[in-house]
Amino acid sequence: MPEPVPGIEGAGTDQGVILVVGGGISGITAALEATEAGKDVILIEKRPFIGGRITQLYKYFPKLCHPVCGLEINQRRIKASPRLSVLTMASLESLRGTAGDYTASVRIAPRYVNDRCTACGACAEAVQAEFNDEFHDGLGLTSADRSHAASDDSSGDSSGADPSGDSSTGPLKPARRKGAYLPYPMAWPERFVLDPRIIGTEDARRAFDACRYGAIDLDMTEETVELKVAAVIWATGWKPYDAAKIQPYGYGRIPNVITSLELERMMDPLGPTGGKLVRPSDGLPARNVAFIQCAGSRDRNHLRHCSRICCMVSLKQSTYTRERYGDEGEATIYYIDIRAIDRLEDFYRKIKSDPKVRFIKSKVANITADPRSGDPILHGVDTEGYRRYSNPHDLVVLAIGMQPSVGGDDFPFEVVVNRDGFIEPDPRNGAIFAAGCATDALDVNRSVQSATAAALRAVQVVNAGTMPGLESRRD
Amino acid sequence: MSENNNEMIERYRGNFLREVEDNVEEGEWVKMCMQCGVCSGSCPLGPHWDFGPQTLFMMIRAGKRDEVLAAEGPWMCTSCYNCIVRCPRELPITHIMHGLAHYAVRMGLAPKNQPTRKFSDLFWKNLKADGRVNELRLGISLYFMHGFVDGIKTALKKAPLGLGMVRTKRMNPMEFFGGHKVRDRKGFHRMLEKAEEIESARIEKGPRPGAE
Repeated sequence: MPEPVPGIEGAGTDQGVILVVGGGISGITAALEATEAGKDVILIEKRPFIGGRITQLYKYFPKLCHPVCGLEINQRRIKASPRLSVLTMASLESLRGTAGDYTASVRIAPRYVNDRCTACGACAEAVQAEFNDEFHDGLGLTSADRSHAASDDSSGDSSGADPSGDSSTGPLKPARRKGAYLPYPMAWPERFVLDPRIIGTEDARRAFDACRYGAIDLDMTEETVELKVAAVIWATGWKPYDAAKIQPYGYGRIPNVITSLELERMMDPLGPTGGKLVRPSDGLPARNVAFIQCAGSRDRNHLRHCSRICCMVSLKQSTYTRERYGDEGEATIYYIDIRAIDRLEDFYRKIKSDPKVRFIKSKVANITADPRSGDPILHGVDTEGYRRYSNPHDLVVLAIGMQPSVGGDDFPFEVVVNRDGFIEPDPRNGAIFAAGCATDALDVNRSVQSATAAALRAVQVVNAGTMPGLESRRD
Repeated sequence: MSENNNEMIERYRGNFLREVEDNVEEGEWVKMCMQCGVCSGSCPLGPHWDFGPQTLFMMIRAGKRDEVLAAEGPWMCTSCYNCIVRCPRELPITHIMHGLAHYAVRMGLAPKNQPTRKFSDLFWKNLKADGRVNELRLGISLYFMHGFVDGIKTALKKAPLGLGMVRTKRMNPMEFFGGHKVRDRKGFHRMLEKAEEIESARIEKGPRPGAE
């Protein structure tokens, strides 16, 4: 059998290949589990690097450890897996065929940087154009910027490269990156990317000239490859619910209302604030932080399902105020009920015992902003006593709900999804197995379990050459 | 009325949630409330009522029959629909509030001097007479809602407005003595009687079939 992709070693030798779509924690896990069981695996990832959402997280719950640690282990496992091929900037266009015998059409966007790149950064220094850094999830963008963030080109050539005021206070500015960039410091593959918006400009030439290794290839074009695969693991993960749709909470109108993901970026020492916990409106310390649970979840006007992670995320993030401001830090969690199950209950108890963390049982009705101080003021009635409150805080964090990244008609194949858009395990899906947050709202722990289960299903298909025991498994 | 009340007490024997489900408009939604509080927090009349929707729903489940039916809260509802729009479980809260108010009247337990209730009574009496709202007479009866002296004072205060309306032909003073009516007044009254008859029969029959 010829190599499935020219220049890609490993996959496609003597047995069926497993295609993993999505290189987040679920996709990586599924790919590794399958390949470490001796299977040929191709992992495709839309972004220029693997790791997905977890690369943007500051800490994991409940151990409060840093995700980079586990990611590093996984990166090492990938490097040690000769039967695993990773394609970045690649997406699945279509899938034809049946279980055990699929033809996948994969589109690979040009990176304009080949594998000779040493990540020395000379190209980034030479290039002048700057763009908003999508890695930071819109943190510091105004609502107007946010809606245009995806198609940002007007703000292109601001070569001024202001030293983005490290110690200065003042409104939070959106993080910027060069037109030639490493997506984030630990990005793997450790290779720079040229933003397609600089191609054809003087900057592309500058990058080319700056590279001493011949790693810049401006003639790269989009290509589509056909892969013969036996099974597909669909691990496209989740995206945050659009917070601006929760109109009474003022996201996008009130600068000091951010999402839980934006808080994670803010805490990153290499992030837009240098790890400082501040108010986007004025850059002043955010010592008194409110968390609003079920922001978009468990709400028939928004997402009907419980997003499961948000309670634990806010409990985790409530430690951030103490981490940055010690006894001066305060956190208040507004909740309907706290869903910390099994062993996670211990973490909840631990947080609850901290006198600096307050719990108010109430779904906040609306948020207004104090015109002078910019303080967001939370209004509502608390369920334990039915008292009305109007509480000012420095910063409000919306524990934003999870929804599947890919939904509706965007699947490149027929698949059974449930009411909330997550993929159902269904015999009609053939040898397409969903993993991680494509199946449900899951935390990292449960995503990894789900991915391992999906890997086993795929391995069974490869071993049998078709869908094993399909009929008998139906009850 | 209170006979009606005793009968309901007898029939439901302390299961007030069931009584609400069976007899109050949209009452079957009450059990869906998850006590998040967004309705009470969103109510513009919030600082003024005794009990908001969230509290009332909890009280219904707790069997606080007398307190719920005598509450001012349901009468304060201005139908702004903020609560319905924000309720994460899509409870038709506004309609439940109106349903509770109506049921409280039927049971003879509605607060006696609640202004909204008084207005509703006046409005209904006014409409029922001729099948059309006589705005002049309704307005004047509103002036005198709080007693004769108050009425005279309000009337004098509003006189320039009234005269202005007469001058611009927005109001006909002759309306006071009769005014416009529906064409078939007798038929209209027969229709109302029939509606009342159907409603009473429904109440008489008790819980809706299938509600066990």
